[in-house]
Amino acid sequence: MSINRREFLKIVGASAILALGGVAIADGIDKDNLEVSQFLPEPGALVAGKWAMVVDVRKFKTEDDYKRVINACNSIHNIPDFGEPKDEIKWIWTDTFEHAFPDEYEQKYMPASLERMPFVLMCNHCDNPPCVRVCPTKATFKRADGIVMQDEHRCIGCRFCMAACPYGSRSFNWRDPRPFIKKENPDYPTRTKGVVEKCTFCVERLAEGLMPACVEASNGAMIFGDLTDPNSEVRKALSSNYTIRRKAELGTGPNIYYIIGGTDNA
Amino acid sequence: MYNGGKILFGILIFLALVTFPFYNDIGKANVRPEPKINTPEIQKLSEKQCVESQAFMKANHMTLLNEWRDSAVRGGNRTYVASDGKKYTISLQNTCLRCHSNKKEFCDTCHSYAGVNPYCWDCHIAPKGAKK
Repeated sequence: MSINRREFLKIVGASAILALGGVAIADGIDKDNLEVSQFLPEPGALVAGKWAMVVDVRKFKTEDDYKRVINACNSIHNIPDFGEPKDEIKWIWTDTFEHAFPDEYEQKYMPASLERMPFVLMCNHCDNPPCVRVCPTKATFKRADGIVMQDEHRCIGCRFCMAACPYGSRSFNWRDPRPFIKKENPDYPTRTKGVVEKCTFCVERLAEGLMPACVEASNGAMIFGDLTDPNSEVRKALSSNYTIRRKAELGTGPNIYYIIGGTDNA
Repeated sequence: MYNGGKILFGILIFLALVTFPFYNDIGKANVRPEPKINTPEIQKLSEKQCVESQAFMKANHMTLLNEWRDSAVRGGNRTYVASDGKKYTISLQNTCLRCHSNKKEFCDTCHSYAGVNPYCWDCHIAPKGAKK
């Protein structure tokens, strides 16, 4: 059977229309319900240009002040207690002035009370985070609001970030943490063996419009806010007090500021 | 053929062993998994509807969960607008499992049938209280 030119063109045209229609239908099926535009931020979420924290060291007076802050974090984030310093998981912890601020420690004539008192330490959510630079899977990354976030789904446990972090802010799960969590918080996941974890500035609480757990428990000793907003609490605290940061000379751009008092503290 | 009898006998045994899974299952009904949705939370719902349609969830819940994960953890966007316009908070533990509190009868029935072993529960806490 032979066809003439006219019929051939008709068939070609009709099949082209059918094929395009098929593609359109297939597109419709493929897209399903997963469009990027369908994901929105939480309505009441706290947002900022750059989150930062000011720790008013003067307001930490008793041992209980430290414990309250640290326990608030530990209980909410299902942080295990292995009872073994080598395996310790820490998001927020304390250390001496010498260890926290080794460069400021050079001079020997500082108040003895300051030298002995513990300092509240946590992830500094650096402007230029070395942990993010070395992470081979981008499991740790910097959010637009300055938070250095840890995606446990992607962490392969190589611990490059732990070597890179000059603050010791990162902990590795050498063991399954589940049996060592005193009381599980069912609203927050645990971690598993073989991943690195650290303070996340309570992203899950910021998304609900809440302040970080430690800030809430600190009775005003820790101030949290937006560094890019001149009227924020942190900016007010920074403009009215002299503050220091941990190992700022390394160029990491830490975002935790410490108000150091005189002999009147401790 | 040397030792022909022994060889043939050996081949027969070999064939019998290799085909064991096939003749062992002949005549047995292939029991399909029946994930149960009769949790107290779901009973309370007037309209028993997941975030998306049942057919979509059956086929694509893993894709949806991956998108949810990336959106919440990496994008910081924790609200999902479903295709019917309803809004849901993105959380495996606090949204999915609030209704589906019966992980054993819901998640595990299909997963063990299909032989898949998702590692969600290494970290995310499966509900313990509401075991129905």
